[in-house]
Amino acid sequence: MREKNLTKLAQKKWIISRNLSLAMMFVYFGFILLVAYNKQLMGSLIVPGLSWGILLGALVIVSVWILIYIYVRWTNNYYDRKVKQISQGER
Amino acid sequence: MNTTIGQFNPVAIVFFLLFIALSLGITYWAANRTKNAAQFYTAGGQITALQNGLALSGDFMSAASFLGIAGLVALNGFDGLIYSIGFLVGWPILMFLVAEPLRNLGTYTFADVVAYRMKQKPVRIASAFGTLAVVSFYLIAQMVGAGNLIKLLFGLDYEIAVLIVGLVIIAYVIFGGMMATTWVQIIKAGLLLFGAVLLAILVLSKFGFNPLNLFAAAANKYGSAVLAPGKQVANPLDAVSLGLSLMFGTAGLPHILMRFYTVPDAKTARKSVMYASWFIGSFYLLTFVLGFGAMTLLSRVDIQKIDKGGNMAAPILAEALGGNVLLGFIAAVSFATILAVVAGLTLSGAASLSHDLWVNVVKDGRADEGEQLQVARYATVALAVFSILLGIVFKGQNVAYMVGLAFAIAASGNFPSLVLSIFWRGLTTKGAVASIVVGTITSLLLIYLSPTIQVDMLNHASAIFPLKNPGLVTIPLSFLVAIVVSLLEKDKISAQKFAEVQQKIHLGNHHY
Repeated sequence: MREKNLTKLAQKKWIISRNLSLAMMFVYFGFILLVAYNKQLMGSLIVPGLSWGILLGALVIVSVWILIYIYVRWTNNYYDRKVKQISQGER
Repeated sequence: MNTTIGQFNPVAIVFFLLFIALSLGITYWAANRTKNAAQFYTAGGQITALQNGLALSGDFMSAASFLGIAGLVALNGFDGLIYSIGFLVGWPILMFLVAEPLRNLGTYTFADVVAYRMKQKPVRIASAFGTLAVVSFYLIAQMVGAGNLIKLLFGLDYEIAVLIVGLVIIAYVIFGGMMATTWVQIIKAGLLLFGAVLLAILVLSKFGFNPLNLFAAAANKYGSAVLAPGKQVANPLDAVSLGLSLMFGTAGLPHILMRFYTVPDAKTARKSVMYASWFIGSFYLLTFVLGFGAMTLLSRVDIQKIDKGGNMAAPILAEALGGNVLLGFIAAVSFATILAVVAGLTLSGAASLSHDLWVNVVKDGRADEGEQLQVARYATVALAVFSILLGIVFKGQNVAYMVGLAFAIAASGNFPSLVLSIFWRGLTTKGAVASIVVGTITSLLLIYLSPTIQVDMLNHASAIFPLKNPGLVTIPLSFLVAIVVSLLEKDKISAQKFAEVQQKIHLGNHHY
């Protein structure tokens, strides 16, 4: 039973980790591909001084913080509690 | 424009001596807390999340990120930002896939994790090879950078500068081990962040504290092309390849991975990455301001007159905004930056030599505490001498690409086997070894065949391999080799022990 719970939790964590990693790759490589293939858009100005490239670049940095925050929230709220349950169930 | 850069600068020397005195004082204090191998490698494992977050930032933000990116932005505008963003996106990957399992499964090196359910010797030897390859190329970039930087900033001879770095590092690491290294990195990160914030505030004060006014002024001066992608990203595949290396390389850098053993548990490791991502991300946002500030408030011609690559943009900006005192401060911070990174690299290389190769291969894991500590110290001296030699041998070479190369080797040699050993039951000893060896060697080979070496350095008309960074080929190749070789053999022990690995990864040690 304990082993089964652990495997289930491991599976769940892997899915979260994998999906968040894929989200990061999607954001970053989306940005890189826009830079490479749509220079016109990235160079166009939204307001004087702010191009789409600079705005999206700054947003990639912000997205790093958001993804890490999502992960930390999930692990702190759900994962850590489950780990505690499983390791206490052993005793 | 008048500048004192390149001349003997007493203010810079005073700031620098203050930093050296403080850090050696800390080393003296740390030496009393470095009595066994665990304390030497991990500072006793009692570093807090905030401390480790700062130390991770200090380990990661090399002179390349501060001086290099500020310079790239100052000369190329938007294109320089692509690097600063790329250096940050590896941190979530490190967090999601590697940081916590590493903490719970290993003790001193990342090879502890890969080798856990494998045959020790082959995996240890391969991991040491991957580690030392990354550390060597990273060290070359740092040492040559240190020599040039100190020559420019303090007016000291190149060889003397390289020698000073080597000797100071020996003092830090031999006597103070991880404890001293950690505190040097914390202080350096604090100084660097303080310096960057101060410079950014001074720049923004000229533009009504609105970054958009600054960017608009840059566009007025040089045309709006500076806010758009330019000629630096001519080849999209090049950009993707570099991006892959930066993204997955961070989670394969031995000196970064080693830092997770300094905290008491996985939760602290997790928190420390969160702090690090805040510090490093904010710092890279500041590079937007510093780079465009240097471009607008100075002239590109003046920046390039002092250093063709633009590496002196931030120091010149400091001098223009805050005179000799600010220049001296920024110069000293830049030097401190290099010292902290070299200390981290030396320690992780020494750990691999002594813990992986000596203790686990030569001595079959049977070495007492005293011997472990002694061998670690010998290895430290050997690596410091090695890095001094590297600095002198590579004098005058263009080594800017070597940090990119170190990331490519880390991403192709170390990262695949590490992540597969954590998540894939089927990984075998041969699969792990083949992945590390193939990933590392093909990275080295393709770098040699790339335009960076063939065209830029050897002046050939064209290069056999078209990409500047090999990541696009070598990272998938390394994963493929690991999987195919693993499927070809049966490694019962490795598969059986996977349950134990999973238990340790998630539950840690505390429940036993």
